[in-house]
Amino acid sequence: MPERCAVIGVGQTHHTAKRIDVSQAGLLREAALRALEDAGCQWSDIDAVVIGKAPDMFEGVMMPELFLAEALGCVGKPMFRVHTAGSVGGTTAIVASQLVKSGVHGRVLTVAYEKQSESNAMWALSIKIPFRQAIVAGAGGYFAPLIRGYMQRSKAPEDVGIRVALKDRQNALKNPYAHLKFPDIDFDQVANSPMLWDPIRYLETCPSSDGACALVIADEKHAAKAPKQPAWIQATAMRSEPTQFAGRDTVNPQASRDAADELWKKAEITNPREEIDCCEIYVPFSWFEPMWMESLRFAEEGSGWKMTYEGATALDGDLPVNMSGGVLSSNPIGASGMLRFAEAANQVRGEAGEHQVPGAKRALGHAYGGGSQFFSMWVVAQDPL
Amino acid sequence: MSDKEPVKSIITPTRTEYTYTPGPSAQRSLRALARGKLVGEICPSCNQVYYPPSGACARCGVATRDEVEVADKGTVTTYAIVRVPSENIDLELPYCTAHILLDGADIPFFGLIQECEWDAVRIGMRVEAVWKPESEWGLNAENIRYFRPTGEPDVPFEQFKEHL
Amino acid sequence: MRDVAIASFAQTKYVRNQVELTEVDMIIPVIGDAISRSGIPKSEIGFYCHGSSDYMAGQSFAFVGAVDALGAFPPIAESHVEMDGAWALYEAWVKIQCGEVDSALVFGFGRASMGKLRETMNLQLDPYTLGPLGIDSISLAALQARALIDAGKTSERQMAEIAIRNRRVAKDNPNAQVTGDFEVEKLLAEPTIVSPLRKHDCPPISDGISAVVLAAGNHIGRGESKPVFIRGIDHRLDSHQLGGRDLTRSPSTKLAGERAGVHDGPVEFAELHAPFSHQEVILREALGLGDEVVINPSGGALAANPMMTAGLTRIGEAATHIAAGKAGRGVAHATSGPCLQQNLICVLEGE
Ligand SMILES: [Zn+2]
Repeated sequence: MPERCAVIGVGQTHHTAKRIDVSQAGLLREAALRALEDAGCQWSDIDAVVIGKAPDMFEGVMMPELFLAEALGCVGKPMFRVHTAGSVGGTTAIVASQLVKSGVHGRVLTVAYEKQSESNAMWALSIKIPFRQAIVAGAGGYFAPLIRGYMQRSKAPEDVGIRVALKDRQNALKNPYAHLKFPDIDFDQVANSPMLWDPIRYLETCPSSDGACALVIADEKHAAKAPKQPAWIQATAMRSEPTQFAGRDTVNPQASRDAADELWKKAEITNPREEIDCCEIYVPFSWFEPMWMESLRFAEEGSGWKMTYEGATALDGDLPVNMSGGVLSSNPIGASGMLRFAEAANQVRGEAGEHQVPGAKRALGHAYGGGSQFFSMWVVAQDPL
Repeated sequence: MSDKEPVKSIITPTRTEYTYTPGPSAQRSLRALARGKLVGEICPSCNQVYYPPSGACARCGVATRDEVEVADKGTVTTYAIVRVPSENIDLELPYCTAHILLDGADIPFFGLIQECEWDAVRIGMRVEAVWKPESEWGLNAENIRYFRPTGEPDVPFEQFKEHL
Repeated sequence: MRDVAIASFAQTKYVRNQVELTEVDMIIPVIGDAISRSGIPKSEIGFYCHGSSDYMAGQSFAFVGAVDALGAFPPIAESHVEMDGAWALYEAWVKIQCGEVDSALVFGFGRASMGKLRETMNLQLDPYTLGPLGIDSISLAALQARALIDAGKTSERQMAEIAIRNRRVAKDNPNAQVTGDFEVEKLLAEPTIVSPLRKHDCPPISDGISAVVLAAGNHIGRGESKPVFIRGIDHRLDSHQLGGRDLTRSPSTKLAGERAGVHDGPVEFAELHAPFSHQEVILREALGLGDEVVINPSGGALAANPMMTAGLTRIGEAATHIAAGKAGRGVAHATSGPCLQQNLICVLEGE
């Protein structure tokens, strides 16, 4: 019988452009120690550690978990390293949860991070491969045409992306850990910010951050002794598809829809809009909120933007989305997915502080990566399934 | 040492060199490109035509083998206007990158659009390749300088919406 | 724990420099071979996981391209570890233990020939204290070998004999890269590369891919060869700081071996991922393997050392050995990090 498992501790660093005050080890320990304290655990209570991060070239260290082993109390323990592009933070949390669910371990610490300031991420992303034409300008250059494809398909009003960005930036003001904070942000500031990759504006774009996130995941026996409300992991799902193939729907990828369908089925959810109280989803460019709302079955195809327009996804809406300010406000790439999973857990634990959704009992954490091709998701709740 | 600033960071330059292999499929395609031809490959399992060929149909997970020439004309299925510089890209700002579905291919590829006002670029627009002078052709994708509008009527979105 | 079996194993021939093909060209036939030998239809494979390194390929997100080889449409449940494929196998084993799936394809690949391996491996070291010293992978191994000789636990002669034995038995392994009969006196007359290591003490630089299909429940026993069961699997890690540990011992291997139950039954043979000759001595001691235990029937990593999958290859070779009826129970080992920092032990047994 698979074990029930729950998030019993959550920790994160303050996210900012350059955390030059700490080493990589220091950054990870900051998040890990907060998660351990939150869980009422010592290093010695942890059976295994799972590390997630995006490309090694972002820090310039190959398989950095090896040198981080001692800082994370891993000597003599199993240590594991996951890398699934932008979805890695989510996938890492799922891998950690499965070490518990399988009965292999009782308490697992998982940490995801990025410290791009130690290398040169622009360089790492733009190594010129001979024979290939280099015209795609980073993630924005890749995703902008897909967003335009969505706009064309859905006939959404042009200001949907601005509204999402405004909401997320206002939510970030309530999150003490958020990287980007614009205290007087308003619609016009977003609308008038420069176009970077038309149709994506500067203020509709995520930053690059240094930061880390950590979770302690425990089995039922240990969760029962946790000092705070556990966030029970009711269901997880992962799906991948290739970057490019003939007939691929890049706007609403089947891997996304399939992962969502599996997730809702496993969590015994038939009407996600009714049964989920709030979501933290991976929105690196504002238009991805309506795109994922449709793909996740919260809205009919072509009408996800109406949720944004009607205020359903606002902090006081019927399905708040990205209460923490989301990826638009903090983006330590390797940790961004885990932050979504962690914020979902904190919501159902009642630990989300100023951006708490009152009475949230069941929440979605979501991450995606690569060319909209790797998806990982979980449903966490106040009670086990 | 006590009167000195503490060491907070060090810079360690590293350098590594790599040798890349295009693989047989891209080699065939590059050789054709050096002759002014766009040669894609067909998936033996789903019959879809890939350009540029990578050697495999990712949908089916099988090697592509049979070559097929595709046109140097196609349809813009979606696009972006880039107004921000990137480290590896040597183009004057702004510039337009588009997904172009070449006639005869089943998958769009990234191409540059020029000779067109930015606000006139649209989904469904017909475009054609503008080649470098033949004397400058080599074994690389840059033999095509960019694509420009043909002036033909636009293709309706419904016809290619599965090929964004 | 659920019974999990290795249903099939497939690999490339390992070569110094595979310049003809792309990774995807190389992966497609190997995983196709592994799946067809497993007897499990591709559509029923429940999970995919692979191990590789961006630094081997010199490109961020290099692993993403491998998905193109999987025929991942309709989309698949899939994950990736920036580790040797042996750890991809571990992740898949955990997934099967969760009861979520009954089969998995795992693989690993590396083309060390693309870069300069000794220099690339320097980037694996602590970037603040060790890396800037510029020490390369062979020099690190040489420090360990010297410590082992000084401790009286091995000698340059014994190391040469280990290399000779591995490459002699590798003559029977059609996929091995360095094989043949060598004479100890001649080898010892060769100059050292980094004292005390000579060329024969070091692994070849290899390009290659290997893949394993795992099966549980009613997927067991559908393949061409007899299922080989994973009776125990565990992995542990030691300090990264070389000054912080006794380089002549491998406590993490010892602990992983105990946790995996190496001595819960007779150990007939072991496939040890010892890229350097002296490391076989350290691993034998850590696992308590006596003279009666056959070491590396495949020729081990001294015969072919495909980075990021040499560990998975040890598990696959051990399973093949058992499935062929040459042994009933054995141990496979994978390592990662400088001087055997991280170690995985997998105990395998036939029906
Ligand atoms: Zn196909």
